[in-house]
Amino acid sequence: MKRYVIIGNGVAAAGCIEGIRGTDSKTPITVISEEKHPVYCRPLISYYLEHKTDMEKMNYRPADFYEKNGCEVLYGRKAVSLDKENKKVILDDGSSVSYTSVCVAAGSSPFVPPFEGLEAVEKKFAFMTLDDTLALEKAVNEDSDVLIVGAGLIGLKCAEGLHGRVKSITVCDLADRVLSSILDTDCAAVMQKRLEENGIKFMLSDTVTKFSKNTAYTKSGAEVKFDAVVLAVGVRANTELVKNAGGETGRGIIVDDGMRTSIEDVFAAGDCTEGNDISSGQKKVLALLPNAYMQGFTAGVNMAGGESLFDKAVPMNSIGFFGLHAMTAGSYDGELTDCSENGNIKRFFIRDGLLCGFILIGETERAGIYTSLIREKTPLDTVDFGMLMRTATSAAFTEENRRKKFGGVV
Amino acid sequence: MKRVYVNEEWCLGCHLCEYNCAFANSGISDMATALKGKTIYPRIHIEEDDKITYAVSCRHCTDPICVKSCIAGAITKKDGVIKINKDKCVGCLTCVLVCPYGALAPGENGVMQKCELCLDNSCGEPACVAGCPNRAIVYEERGEEE
Repeated sequence: MKRYVIIGNGVAAAGCIEGIRGTDSKTPITVISEEKHPVYCRPLISYYLEHKTDMEKMNYRPADFYEKNGCEVLYGRKAVSLDKENKKVILDDGSSVSYTSVCVAAGSSPFVPPFEGLEAVEKKFAFMTLDDTLALEKAVNEDSDVLIVGAGLIGLKCAEGLHGRVKSITVCDLADRVLSSILDTDCAAVMQKRLEENGIKFMLSDTVTKFSKNTAYTKSGAEVKFDAVVLAVGVRANTELVKNAGGETGRGIIVDDGMRTSIEDVFAAGDCTEGNDISSGQKKVLALLPNAYMQGFTAGVNMAGGESLFDKAVPMNSIGFFGLHAMTAGSYDGELTDCSENGNIKRFFIRDGLLCGFILIGETERAGIYTSLIREKTPLDTVDFGMLMRTATSAAFTEENRRKKFGGVV
Repeated sequence: MKRVYVNEEWCLGCHLCEYNCAFANSGISDMATALKGKTIYPRIHIEEDDKITYAVSCRHCTDPICVKSCIAGAITKKDGVIKINKDKCVGCLTCVLVCPYGALAPGENGVMQKCELCLDNSCGEPACVAGCPNRAIVYEERGEEE
């Protein structure tokens, strides 16, 4: 009997289900969900700590989502291997599920370096899942000193989430700046300042060399007392299933624009994949919710025999701290034009007559107009880019372009 | 489905659409109480340079990238109309980062809002169109049957 199998139950899986059902309304779908929750909005875990959302609102889809879409969900089960010859997914309880096609949407896992003494720390947490978040919430109170190892997106959103709920928050990172994967030095300094103004302490260019039960010892010789540690050093794509089955993997599972892996009838989507980043022309792990959904949707359509391409992927982030928003997109390996003014940062990176990336802090209105220039590879000589650098507006496009956008169905 | 379309050559740049939008979505029955002396947060806005002026509101795209990108699952499409569940929205602005038209902006409290064609407010159809003095925005069927 025909059956689609999805390994993972995050947003890529939800996209995959919706992609399949747009093409094939009947064939049963089995979802293998290691987490014991229906699909939830993973990036909202910090907003949960902030009380800006709750468990109910964090549900990504309505309660009847799986039932309506003819999905059987195996909660608490883990896929341990792919038997590509017999087209079966082997589960951790020894059972197996046969597939017609399968989507690996297995996400990523926290990367924890082998810190000396880490085993002596009682209260240590990752900050990736709802269960991580609930455990962290339970372990801290207004008297807690919290150390966060890692000043990236995950570590800093955790810091913002805990703000006001604990006594102190210290963030350390080996990098010389915050958000080093998406911001340059100047931009990082602006965001760091906002965080510091809200009481978050930083130890940058420094790393923990050793832990004891309630103390971290850093390379610079500092000692940081803590009640709880959050380890947010980095993440690694969960590639093992495909790798062990002989599929092509790099830092993620290698996929084409149709989300096909190198193994027949095996697709992959979301944070576990490495797909084409059109802003740099390179294969990249783009661990972002929008990409996860769109990759999952594309995989679903193709699994069900339809035809779909996701060939407009670019890295992008909209991230705010204490009311200050930063938006970034694309890659920064182009010529920089800096249009910062009035305390707002606006940096554009141009390569071969195309916008390849940007960083905005503060003034982020209508930033999607910039993102679409990258995504659509719009030649900058066909728009008034001087005007666009001052303000994001469709007035900088041709009249014909505007007529299509605002006078037609798009 | 019917959508709001722009005739930019007829737009005077009078900004009345912005006021009518803010009023229609205010839930207040008296226009002066709703708008006078207040900063308004309309869901349609005028863009202009020294030669042109036109109104921008949600295009209710056939393949909406905001829906696919919303990290809170707060934006949905039903019967062609794209709506925001303000209870679910956390104000992350990802939709602003992806909308190619610049059609979304946060409201007064930082929660996102967008044109929902006045279908759920007391106006019942787009107030911006009803109040446009020059038919520079219209509410009608265009293009293929969807």
